[in-house]
Amino acid sequence: MTEKVMDQWSLVLPSTQPPLADRMTRDLGGIYTLWLRDVIRLWRDRIRLVGSFIQPLLFLFILGGGLSPRLGALGGARGGQALGYQDFLFPGIVGMSVLFTASFAGVAIVWDREVGFLKEVLVAPLSRTAVVIGKILGGATNSVVQGSLILALMPLFHLHPHFGQIAGAFLVMILIGLTQTSVGILLGVRMTSSQGFMVLMNFIILPLFFLSGALYPLDRLPSWLSLASRLDPMTYGVDLLRHALTGIHYFSIATDLLTLGGFLLVISLLSVHLFNKTD
Amino acid sequence: MVETVDRRGHLVQAEDLIKIYKTRTGNRMAVNGISFHVKEGEFFSFLGPNGAGKTTTIGMMVALLSPTSGRIKIDNLDVTKYPHEVRQRIGIIFQDPSLDDRLTAWENLEFHGRLYGIPGPARKKRSEFLMEVMGLSDRRHDLVRTFSGGMKRRLEIVRGLVHAPRLLILDEPTLGLDPHSRRNVWEYIHTVRKEVGMTVFLTTHYLEEADGSDRVAIINQGKIVALDSPERLKKSLGPEVLILKVQDKAAFNQYLLDGYPSIMEAIREEEGGLLSFPMPQERAESPWEFLRSLPFPILEASIRRPNLDDVFIRYTGQGLADGGQGKNSGGDQ
Repeated sequence: MTEKVMDQWSLVLPSTQPPLADRMTRDLGGIYTLWLRDVIRLWRDRIRLVGSFIQPLLFLFILGGGLSPRLGALGGARGGQALGYQDFLFPGIVGMSVLFTASFAGVAIVWDREVGFLKEVLVAPLSRTAVVIGKILGGATNSVVQGSLILALMPLFHLHPHFGQIAGAFLVMILIGLTQTSVGILLGVRMTSSQGFMVLMNFIILPLFFLSGALYPLDRLPSWLSLASRLDPMTYGVDLLRHALTGIHYFSIATDLLTLGGFLLVISLLSVHLFNKTD
Repeated sequence: MVETVDRRGHLVQAEDLIKIYKTRTGNRMAVNGISFHVKEGEFFSFLGPNGAGKTTTIGMMVALLSPTSGRIKIDNLDVTKYPHEVRQRIGIIFQDPSLDDRLTAWENLEFHGRLYGIPGPARKKRSEFLMEVMGLSDRRHDLVRTFSGGMKRRLEIVRGLVHAPRLLILDEPTLGLDPHSRRNVWEYIHTVRKEVGMTVFLTTHYLEEADGSDRVAIINQGKIVALDSPERLKKSLGPEVLILKVQDKAAFNQYLLDGYPSIMEAIREEEGGLLSFPMPQERAESPWEFLRSLPFPILEASIRRPNLDDVFIRYTGQGLADGGQGKNSGGDQ
């Protein structure tokens, strides 16, 4: 070992104990760190982004393309021009893409527990609340990136919204991403098997998607289906997206935002609570 | 504002720690009234089989688990009241790997440094230096999944030191490593101890690892059954252990138990039908004279110095390899 190396041992055991930063600084730093890790991993696995791109395309071009000629105009006219089924479907599939990615982001916390990495996070000097928030933000980012890839196909579906509408669509994607990641985290907080998580999530995710009105208009539904749709938080997310992109909507913006936002708040608080109580 | 570090006195003080897990089949007492002190700069070991309560004790030291009763202080800070201040003072190497293997070595260290609030320049300087010391510098930008088991362990040691802790906790640090990697990892741990006088808390079920420490607590079924320096513990058994092969083991056993109650707990059957026991302290003469006086034909005999395994058997009535209360690795959490 060189002289230079020997000298530096003082770096490892300083003669003074630096004081701990205040709680807020530590937690914000921790949230950023956890988020950054998810972004690095997302970029490293970017091939997976392409893989998850296929399923929405099947819905858009095969389901949409197949039904479009039969269905004619759906959801009312827009600027004097009737909206074809594919154009109606498009915002729903953007929502679906965010929903699916966000759902499986929750598996990351189970996976971290399985491979032992979660312990490294749990013994760090930051609150568990910060850990949950960091994971939610990381998962949401992942799903918004995925949704944006679909959103970029907009010109193919006779949609040329102006900047404000695109910004609106982004905000909605973020909201859906945060909500559904929280659901995933809530399920994942106590789970020890990623396989179990996948099974449970698959069980939940399809009803959420089918009931959300991504595939069909919400007016003139049988009353039981209408009720079920109103109970699905995704319904309000898809409604907001369609509102932003095509102008068609079934609920007011306020109803959508309050319902989705309220649901997000309840679920994330519940996740934080459960995670704080987990050994 | 900076507190100065008091290098004397006790870094860890545990008093009457009890941890009871609630399970479906009732309560399980994982740690049953443990007390110990670790001095600043000391190398302190917990030696015991799987399920003895070693990892549970560590869980309480780093505030991952809350004690059912009792108290634990690190650097005079109550762990339950000041979990984050305590964690800042501890570097821990877990029993199971805890690296993100999809990130590079460097990214793992950066992640750790950021979580502990270490400013960028200090983080980088320490990481670079420690990587060099541990012989990982040329692999720093490789994904951890390409690392061997020994390299991962070394990286975890680097990571545990990046925030300049006062106490390094090693929970079975060489579990699952081949003999060469084990030696290698220990060389690095000793380097750290030598260079900075780091306080080390080790749990292990390998005798030779505990043998190198300043003091050993022998732990079994949630209790500390003996606590002293390895030398003193071994000396307490007397100077020699006899290993004999006899024809009628049962009769010989009975003879020993009747004549020398002091070695009652320490008689042990070894591989190949050999019996080993410490030289009875009731007898003042040499071991050879003792052997000659036995009213049994002796087929084979040898003498060795007591090791920690003999100590362990003496205090628990069973060998470390027997796994104490059973090899339920799932219970060792």
